[in-house]
Amino acid sequence: MNPYDGIRAVLDAHGKLASRAAEVDVDADLYAAGMTSHASVNVMLGLEDAFDIEFPDELLTKTTFCTMRSMLTAIESLRVAA
Amino acid sequence: MSVVLTGATLTARADAVAEVAARFADDVDRAGRFPAEAVAAMRAHRLLGASVPRELGGDGLTLGELGEVAQRLGGACSSAAMVFAMHHGQVLSIVRHLGGSAAFADLARRIADEQLLLASATTEIGIGGDVRSSSCFVDQVGDRIHLVKNAPVISYGEEADLVLVTARRTELSAPSDQVVLVADRAGVVLERTGTWDTLGLRGTCSYGYLLTADVEACRLAPEPYEKISTETMLPVSHVLWASVWLGMSRSAVDTARRFVRAAARKDIGKVPPTATALVGLVADLDTLDAVVEAAAAEFDRLADDRDALSRVDVAIRMNNLKVTASTSLADIVSRVLVLTGIAGFRNDGPYSVARLFRDAQGAAVMVHNDRITANNAQLILVAGASQKGSR
Repeated sequence: MNPYDGIRAVLDAHGKLASRAAEVDVDADLYAAGMTSHASVNVMLGLEDAFDIEFPDELLTKTTFCTMRSMLTAIESLRVAA
Repeated sequence: MSVVLTGATLTARADAVAEVAARFADDVDRAGRFPAEAVAAMRAHRLLGASVPRELGGDGLTLGELGEVAQRLGGACSSAAMVFAMHHGQVLSIVRHLGGSAAFADLARRIADEQLLLASATTEIGIGGDVRSSSCFVDQVGDRIHLVKNAPVISYGEEADLVLVTARRTELSAPSDQVVLVADRAGVVLERTGTWDTLGLRGTCSYGYLLTADVEACRLAPEPYEKISTETMLPVSHVLWASVWLGMSRSAVDTARRFVRAAARKDIGKVPPTATALVGLVADLDTLDAVVEAAAAEFDRLADDRDALSRVDVAIRMNNLKVTASTSLADIVSRVLVLTGIAGFRNDGPYSVARLFRDAQGAAVMVHNDRITANNAQLILVAGASQKGSR
């Protein structure tokens, strides 16, 4: 299973991207792809729900949610810590 | 007992103690007992002697650093945190007023070396809560001192290693002509005169006692209590108590945060109504944080300028801190209770704020805010409202 499947599902549900997440590269800038700050908060909540994690303040930055790869890195760091 | 993490950061030590304190907080509250495990952890992580200067074996922590620890403990167990706060008010009252006394320098070294716990008896039956007035007096015969004090409250007196007791200098001295006696627990007989069964802060064990002390004369503090109180006991106590209350407030707001987040996740895309209340809570928490930090920083800046610490405007600010912080704490926790509803109202469950709410009510009445405000009302008659730069 592709680790990005879960992230793509959340992006489709809440990211408000201009295209389907499956068509977006893992290193593409999601803000440029249509995700607003408002939508990014919903994406954060969706990721927390899907991966059963909680983002600490230090990770709630624009860089963390800029690309799917940066999101996966953050998610994995929290799962290791758990 | 676990080994001290040598070289561990202050934060790591504080968090280790907080973890123990949190584990036993419910039982301490339920039983109204002394937080023995938390204090043992403070000892093991050498936090009891941390305010003693480095040259006497302590860590020489600033008030800001002590406040950081107090905050973390406050979020874990209110009673344990208050014991920590009261204890360091007493330790600093000794180490900042050694007055060239070899006996007191040795005492300071012992506090750091053995991680002794200090309690104090500063109020007296018949006097009310005015710490700057005593009826009891020091009865000195040769090099022994005898003192009998009827104290309405002495927090954790039975578990302390040293007890600081205020009294009139002699039988004929004026009520405000006070000295401090530092007695070993072994040199003091504590006869309980009442119970401690309260709504909150149940682990502070603040029973009333008839205290009888029989100690060597060298245990009379070299400086008058008036000086110790103004330059150390009052400002340090108020900053550390306020730090505890800030920690308690933060814990409550954190519960509210988790509650709102959980609600948001259930319906992503909709902003839950509780989020609006949370915004106000975080703003008020940040305000409280700022005022506590500023007070600690002011004390640290003026720490060696004893004259400046006795300024009227400084005293007013340190007094107001206690009133402001205790009022904010009660307000914040009440609003968290309303935000979390039944989940917060429960004694159990992941969102309970019940114990925190009860503990928070104690802040405004131990010492009573009305007494502090009355003191400030007198001081304010001559004070200005100078800006920071000119202080």
